[in-house]
Amino acid sequence: MMELICPAGTPAALKSAIDAGADAIYCGFNDETNARNFPGLNFSRDELRKGIALAHDRGAKILVAINTFPRASAVDIWHRAVDDAVNAGADALILADIGLMDYTARRHPSQRLHVSVQAAAANPDAIAFYAENFGARRVVLPRVLSVPEIAEITRESACETEVFVFGGLCVMAEGRCSLSSYATGKSPNMQGVCSPPSHVTYEQTAEGTKSSLGGFTINRFGVSEPAGYPTLCKGRFSTAQGAGYIFEDPVSLDATTLLRGLRDAGVTALKIEGRQRGRAYVESVVRHFRHALAALESGSEADIASLKPFTEGQASTLGAYRKTWR
Amino acid sequence: MQLSLGPVLYNWAPERWRDFYFRIADEAPVDVVSVGEIVCSKRSPFFADHIPGVVERLQRAGKQVLLGSLILVSLRRERRQTEELAAAEGVLVEVNDLTCLRALAGRPHAIGPFVNIYNEASAAFHVAQGARRICLPPELPLTSVAAIAKAVPIVTTEVFAFGRVPLAISARCYHARLHKLAKDNCRFVCEKDPDGLLLNTLEQQDFLTVNGVQTLSHTCANLLGEIGLLRESNVGSLRLSPQDCDMVAIVRTFRDVLDGRDDVDSGNHRLAAAYPGVPFSNGFLWAEPGHLYRQARSGDAQGSVSQIGAV
Repeated sequence: MMELICPAGTPAALKSAIDAGADAIYCGFNDETNARNFPGLNFSRDELRKGIALAHDRGAKILVAINTFPRASAVDIWHRAVDDAVNAGADALILADIGLMDYTARRHPSQRLHVSVQAAAANPDAIAFYAENFGARRVVLPRVLSVPEIAEITRESACETEVFVFGGLCVMAEGRCSLSSYATGKSPNMQGVCSPPSHVTYEQTAEGTKSSLGGFTINRFGVSEPAGYPTLCKGRFSTAQGAGYIFEDPVSLDATTLLRGLRDAGVTALKIEGRQRGRAYVESVVRHFRHALAALESGSEADIASLKPFTEGQASTLGAYRKTWR
Repeated sequence: MQLSLGPVLYNWAPERWRDFYFRIADEAPVDVVSVGEIVCSKRSPFFADHIPGVVERLQRAGKQVLLGSLILVSLRRERRQTEELAAAEGVLVEVNDLTCLRALAGRPHAIGPFVNIYNEASAAFHVAQGARRICLPPELPLTSVAAIAKAVPIVTTEVFAFGRVPLAISARCYHARLHKLAKDNCRFVCEKDPDGLLLNTLEQQDFLTVNGVQTLSHTCANLLGEIGLLRESNVGSLRLSPQDCDMVAIVRTFRDVLDGRDDVDSGNHRLAAAYPGVPFSNGFLWAEPGHLYRQARSGDAQGSVSQIGAV
C-alpha cells in the first residue's frame, strides 16, 4: 500500500496525524532551515525528540524537512539542523540544497535522504543525479507533472517517488521561484516563506476589500465576496490580453480521485501539504485519505467525503495531474 | 571584469535573432556570449538552423561562446535535447538544470543563473564537478555573492547585472493561457511580445513580465552603481540579459564605466536612454524586495562591502 505522508507544524498536529492514521509525518525545526518558517510554527530540538519517540512508539515515521537553501557564510546553522535531526533519530531527512546533501551523505552516510520538492527534480536524469551523488532514496516530485508522466518517471526512477495529493498548489516550479522575494524581500528558498503575512495588508474600500503584498495589489474582492489570502501567484492581475487569475485560480490540489492511477504508476508515497495548517485540517484530511486508501486496497467504492472546507477558496483542482491546459 | 551576454529569453523572429548576434559579434565589446533557446523547447527548432552560423561568427570575433541548456526539462524530447547538448564539443555548455549535469559531470562546463547556488558549499560541489564559470541566481544578496565568489576563486563568478530579472519558470504557458489556447497548440503567440507581456496589478501598478512559461520582473536589473563593490567581492563577470533594445549600446555603457571612460551617473543616463520607460532595480543585491532600486551615491562604484546594510 502507498504510504501516507502527513504534515505537522506543531506537536499537537503531529499527534493528530498519528491518531488519524499517518504512516509518516514530516516536520521541521522552528527556524529558517525549513520551507514553512512561520511564527509559532514548527519544532524545537526537544519537541522533535519527543515527537519521534511518540511516532516510533505508534509505528509511524518522522521525516525532517531541512529544505531551504543555506545562507552563504551561515551554512553551519543548516549543518547543525542535519546533525540534530540525525541524532534525534529521524527516519529520513528531506533536503533541497546540493551542498547540504553532500554534507549529509558524507557525514551521515547511513541516514536516509529524500529529495525535497524544492530541489525540482522533474525527470529521471535529475533524479539519477541525486541518487548517484548522494544516495537519495526517494524524490518528492514537483506538482507540474501529469499522472502518465509520473508513471513514466517512476518506471525509470533511480529511487522511490512521492507525490502531493492535497493542499496548496505551486504553479511555478518549486524551489525556482523568486516572485515572493521580488515583492517582499522574503523567499521560500532563503527565508522559508512565500507571500509572508508580515507583508500582507487588507484595505476596506467602498467597493469591497483590496489585498496587497509588499505594496502590490494582489486581488480585489466585492463586498459580498470572501477576501482570500494574497498568495502572489494566485492573484488577479491585468494585461493587454485581459485581466483575471493570470497564473492560477485560488484553488487547492485534491487528487483523491486519482489514487488508483498513482498506485498503478508505482508511486511509493502520497504527501499532504500544510504544515502551517491546524489540527482540525490535519486530522480530517489524513482520515479522509486513510479511508480512500483503504477503499482502494479492498476494491470498494471510495467514500469521497468533501474536503471543501479545507481547500483554498473552497475550490479544488486536479492540478497538473490532469493536464487540461496542455 | 568580463562582460557576458545572456541568452535571448524571448521569442524573437529567427532572422532577427541571427542578425542580433551578428551585430553583437561585430560591434559589442562583450567577452562571453551564451546562446540557445533555454525557456521553451517548442521554440528551439526555429533557432536550430541559425545556431552554427551564430556560434562561428561570435567565435571568429573572439567571443567565448556558451550553449545554454533548457531551464525546465520534463518531456522525453526535452531530455533528449539536453543530452545532445551535453555532447557538444568545442563550446562550453551552460547548465540551467541539473538534468544536464549528470551527462557533463567531470567535463568543463558553465553554470547558469537557474541552478540554485546559494552558498559556498554548493558552489564548491559544482566546481568539483567541473564548473568553470558560475552565474549566481539573481535573488542573492551581495553578502552571499561575496562569500561564494571568495570561496571559489578558481572559477569566474558572474552576477545578473542588466535586464528584466527571471523570477519563475512553470510547466504551464501563461501566454497560451491568456490567449485561451492549450500549450500544445499555442500558435507561438509569445512571438507577439519580443520584450515580454506587461502584467499590471488591478490598480495598474507595473509588476511583472510574462514570457510564455517564464515570469520575469517588470523592472530592469541595473548593477552599474555596484561595479566597485562587485569587483571587490571577487565577481569576475557581469551578465547582461538581452532586451528588445539597442544591446550594443548597453554593452558599451557597461564597458565604458568598467574601464573608467564614463562614470555611473552618465552610464545610468545612457542605459535609460537605450532602454526607456522601464525602471531600474537592484533590490535583490541589497537584500531588499527585488523591485526596489537603491540609487548609487557618488563614489559608490569605488565603495566597499562594509557599506552593505547601511540603507
